[in-house]
Amino acid sequence: MTIGETTATSILYLDGVSVSFDGFRAINNLSLVLEPGEMRAIIGPNGAGKTTMMDIITGKTRPDAGEVFFDGKVDLTKHDESEIAQLGIGRKFQKPTVFESHTVEDNLVLALAGPRRAIPALFHRQTKAEHERIDEILQTIRLTARRNELAAALSHGQKQWLEIGMLLAQDPKLLLVDEPVAGMTDAETEETALLLREIAQTRSVIVVEHDMQFVRDLGVKVTCLHEGSVLAEGSLDQVSGDQRVIEVYLGR
Amino acid sequence: MITHFLAGGLERRINIVLALLIAAAIVVPVLHLMVPPSSPLHMPTYAVALTGKYLTYALLALALDLVWGFCGILSLGHAAFFALGGYAMGMYLMRQIGARGVYGNPDLPDFMVFLNWKELPWFWYGFDHFWFAMLMVMAVPGLLAFIFGWFAFRSRVTGVYLSIITQALTYALMLAFFRNNMGFGGNNGLTDFKDILGFNIQADTTRSVLFAASALALALGVLVTSALVRSKYGKLLIAARDAESRMRFLGYRPENIKLFAFTLSAIMAGIAGALYVPQVGIINPGEFAPANSIEVVVWTAVGGRGTIIGPIIGALLVNGGKSWFTGALPELWLFALGALFIATTLFLPKGIVGMWEAWWRQRRESRSIAAILPASTGNPVESPAE
Ligand SMILES: Nc1ncnc2c1ncn2[C@@H]1O[C@H](COP(=O)(O)OP(=O)(O)O)[C@@H](O)[C@H]1O
Ligand SMILES: [Mg+2]
Repeated sequence: MTIGETTATSILYLDGVSVSFDGFRAINNLSLVLEPGEMRAIIGPNGAGKTTMMDIITGKTRPDAGEVFFDGKVDLTKHDESEIAQLGIGRKFQKPTVFESHTVEDNLVLALAGPRRAIPALFHRQTKAEHERIDEILQTIRLTARRNELAAALSHGQKQWLEIGMLLAQDPKLLLVDEPVAGMTDAETEETALLLREIAQTRSVIVVEHDMQFVRDLGVKVTCLHEGSVLAEGSLDQVSGDQRVIEVYLGR
Repeated sequence: MITHFLAGGLERRINIVLALLIAAAIVVPVLHLMVPPSSPLHMPTYAVALTGKYLTYALLALALDLVWGFCGILSLGHAAFFALGGYAMGMYLMRQIGARGVYGNPDLPDFMVFLNWKELPWFWYGFDHFWFAMLMVMAVPGLLAFIFGWFAFRSRVTGVYLSIITQALTYALMLAFFRNNMGFGGNNGLTDFKDILGFNIQADTTRSVLFAASALALALGVLVTSALVRSKYGKLLIAARDAESRMRFLGYRPENIKLFAFTLSAIMAGIAGALYVPQVGIINPGEFAPANSIEVVVWTAVGGRGTIIGPIIGALLVNGGKSWFTGALPELWLFALGALFIATTLFLPKGIVGMWEAWWRQRRESRSIAAILPASTGNPVESPAE
């Protein structure tokens, strides 16, 4: 298969991507391909460039070099954050970010796919379909009971779930999830793995995570990043058996 | 669609404010015009003008709160929009003077005759029509805010940097309006008004109508703002205040959400300024002074930002205090204002309304706890906030 064919069929295609901050190469000739419907786990030491890679995919950071294509044909380097979000890429931040002074329900209402302009929002009335969709998502993220509480009142783990719920409401084709289980209890971590596997049945997902047990629970292909490029790729057993991965990451 | 939108703003507390304002629009003129001056209930001319002025300040504070309280844009230049609305009204009032000026020139305002100008500058055209002046009252501040906001929000200028450039904006306008050759009366501004819509501007009936118009304009401002912040758009405003980047990655453009509120807020401030000028009888470049904009921030903070009634209460209380203070201890007013702002920031971060709400909530909670607990335990009930 040639590169061109890979671009055309993959949901996400990064090739030769580099970006520097003040001379420091955070991403260095990074290449990565994600197939439609695939879930991928990304591991790697702190500072490996995992978050920066997501910044590039979502239009927050412009790469100095390289190609970034979404859904076969869309050149992501030509779009900004809101356009990319509307194209169908959702992102959960490393630090959970929800609208703290809104209720759990309102957080989801604002995330729901639909018009994104100011004037229509003035006259918007919630439809029955929207209400049902919110019920559904609340069930999925296990927050039905807290529907009318302010997001600020949620625990750290629940905020992480709410943010994932907002991504679901956005109905993206590709989800980027940055360290979703940081600060979660073991039980919450297990639930989150289940939740992500459920989500991955209908969309493509990239999960960045340090927690090895969690990555094992996901049971998907793993990519290990180091110093801004791919160090190893394969099943978790293959990657964690790789001598260089042990040296730079697991062995420490 | 519009009525549904406005109905969305109706809520108990808002209804009370609306009822009070509409009542004031009726009662004050009655007390002024119908009750004889000998009666203790009679409202004298100066009191009507003063309270009318306070209501325009309240509308200005409400306008600021829409962007500051609900969207986190701390504008330190809102008095500029107020003053621009005021100048547009002042220009109409100047044209109403006609040939009755000191120089008796039917075509030119006095200050232009004094400057030896031969014809009316183009930007004064149309201001002899009331409808045109009213259009400009809204269009000029609105357009300025739109252009300013377009660049500022698009370049993602936020926080203290944005505050500083809004302050620079009003300062630059002040310097410009001080210049005689700008054509707005230089440092004397516009004054010596005679009529408005053909009615004597000093007449008791005119003053009563201006008061009522101010009360009703504030009521309309309250209704629109309330409907706005309770709509989905209002939720987006608050979202832009709390987590702008989250919004962006959900596909919104926070800059557009902000721009709409900022423009609307400037239009509200312009209307307030237009009602202010005929009641005080003058508009001059001093209204653009940076300190004026900062005072509006103090009123809003004292009353409680991020609420609808907070800025109104703040504007009325602080200005009431100011009128008393400048009578009793004029030299101390600025210190008192500064102290008030510091005290509010330190002890009442949510202002009077915020404090009242917290107190109310606590009372309700301790009541409901008391209701659950059996009376016989004898233990004092501790509310969670303590
Ligand atoms: N906007 C930025 N400006 C400067 N340096 C940055 C910026 N973003 C990331 N970096 C640097 O790039 C490197 C990779 O960071 P990051 O992508 O956050 O790593 P990871 O998420 O894998 O822990 C780090 O050394 C970080 O300091
Ligand atoms: Mg990171």
